[in-house]
Amino acid sequence: MAENQDAAADDQPLLIADRLSKAYGRLTACRDVSFALYPGEVLAIVGESGSGKTTLLQLLSAQLVPNAGCVSYRMRDGVTRDLAALGEAERRFLFRTDWGYVHQDPAQGLRMAVSAGANVGERLMAVGWNHYGRIRDTASSWLERVEIDVGRIDDAPRTYSGGMRQRLQIARNLVTEPRLVFMDEPTGGLDVSVQARLLDLMRNLVSELGLAAIVVTHDLAVARLLSHRVMVMKGGRVIETGLTDQVLDDPREPYTQLLVSSILPA
Amino acid sequence: MNAPAYNFAYLDEQTKRMIRRAILKAIAIPGYQVPFASREMPMPYGWGTGGVQVTAAILGPNDVLKVIDQGSDDTTNAISIRKFFAKTAGVATTTATADATVIQTRHRIPEAPLHGGQVLVYQVPIPEPLRFLEPRETETRRMHALGEYGLIHVKLYEDIARFGHIATSYAYPVKVNARYVMDPSPTPKFDNPKMDNCPALQLFGAGREKRIYAIPPHTSVLSLDFEDHPFTRYRFDAPCALCGAEDSYLDEIVTDDRGGRMFVCSDTDYCETRQSSGHRGSENAAPHKERAHG
Ligand SMILES: Nc1ncnc2c1ncn2[C@@H]1O[C@H](COP(=O)(O)OP(=O)(O)OP(=O)(O)O)[C@@H](O)[C@H]1O
Ligand SMILES: [Mg+2]
Ligand SMILES: [Zn+2]
Repeated sequence: MAENQDAAADDQPLLIADRLSKAYGRLTACRDVSFALYPGEVLAIVGESGSGKTTLLQLLSAQLVPNAGCVSYRMRDGVTRDLAALGEAERRFLFRTDWGYVHQDPAQGLRMAVSAGANVGERLMAVGWNHYGRIRDTASSWLERVEIDVGRIDDAPRTYSGGMRQRLQIARNLVTEPRLVFMDEPTGGLDVSVQARLLDLMRNLVSELGLAAIVVTHDLAVARLLSHRVMVMKGGRVIETGLTDQVLDDPREPYTQLLVSSILPA
Repeated sequence: MNAPAYNFAYLDEQTKRMIRRAILKAIAIPGYQVPFASREMPMPYGWGTGGVQVTAAILGPNDVLKVIDQGSDDTTNAISIRKFFAKTAGVATTTATADATVIQTRHRIPEAPLHGGQVLVYQVPIPEPLRFLEPRETETRRMHALGEYGLIHVKLYEDIARFGHIATSYAYPVKVNARYVMDPSPTPKFDNPKMDNCPALQLFGAGREKRIYAIPPHTSVLSLDFEDHPFTRYRFDAPCALCGAEDSYLDEIVTDDRGGRMFVCSDTDYCETRQSSGHRGSENAAPHKERAHG
């Protein structure tokens, strides 16, 4: 697989899900999901509560072990690897360098009692950065990029508003220039105007950095604004998939039609 | 003759063997925290029961024991532990660092250089250096196993962001043998360099937390820092008021109720040894030796 690393690297999938299934006891939370994600592509996973979105995201990011199927990822060296075959150290390294994970609840993705600067700098320190001044400068420039006043760099996120926390979480993840970011309801629980600003920021960052992203949301407006492609889940299955505009403007499945009409009233 | 109601050095032989196994494992993996089945000792945890158990497990009848607390042989804590072993093991005790074969300590490493054949036993309250930022035990264990120590630098970063310099001055984190990050217990960072390449064996016992760890003789011990904020030793910039030492760690002592204070060696044995060989500080200068400033 390694031969044609550089040439046409963007033609090869970054991540491949192959017949993923996950059951909790007798409940199948995710059933037979397959797709490929390409570099720079943003995929939205939509569906009602309990449809299996978070379960799928955790399978894709190797936080859950599937009952069947596998996830492979093209590493920075161009070699595509089965995530289940990675050692724990490799997996954790991947997670804090080439991947990002933005939680709905910022308390899960941030160290709430540690300054914003250290929150952003943590990944750099984890990969061996050892110069305080450079870590701080890099953290400052990331705070600027996510529109957080650099004067707040020494404040802990527990003193931040909800929207600022989410933006800080994004900066903390992007500081190592990952190629893939997982997001689980990144705008959930925020006021509408705060959501709009966050979405705008995310859209700009994703396109500037050429990031690939998998965004779980039950808000179709989020999918519409951020994603190139949509997967619609119901009862653990993917029931419809396609280009975002196509799926949202012209849904095939009755369930998707219901979803679209209830959340995006014409 | 009434037979003592307790075994040599208080603990029964089976318990001592269990602790020795943990110590051997700790020596084999420098800086790694080995769990052990900590026993109740006839003293409260705050008195260093971890250190006491380690000492009890390694003590032999020919050992000479020194016990210090904050550098002093004469605090209640040091005296009781010394008496405890004098009574339960019948070992000789000393206050002279050079004469001791086993030194149990809280807070300090003696100023006199240690030598091969000596064992320094530390009483440790909190053995886990990652605890303050990562409360989950499963996670800190994984971090040690994988050598993921970025969090230590997060702590040092926070210090600099808040105080302009690395303000951690006790329990300053070190990397042992280029592998495990270790908390040297509440010793002042002034003592950190003494741990590096030390000819004596260093053993650490945490009673409440049930952990033993070790630095074998001549092992590298590196104080963690940033390139642009390197580790520095710290001592008050003054000579000892009693012995004039310029290189020892000092305690600040309040001398009266009008705010008078002086700095004296925290290592009482070191200070007294210097005084008895004629060194004098400002507070007890012999009249004929009054410092003749130019
Ligand atoms: N740890 C678990 N143990 C048992 N059942 C679980 C577990 N996690 C999820 N489930 C179940 O699996 C199904 C899918 O859950 P999942 O969290 O993936 O849904 P979701 O689409 O993310 O929902 P929401 O929009 O509410 O976040 C649900 O029925 C849920 O109750
Ligand atoms: Mg969910
Ligand atoms: Zn002195």
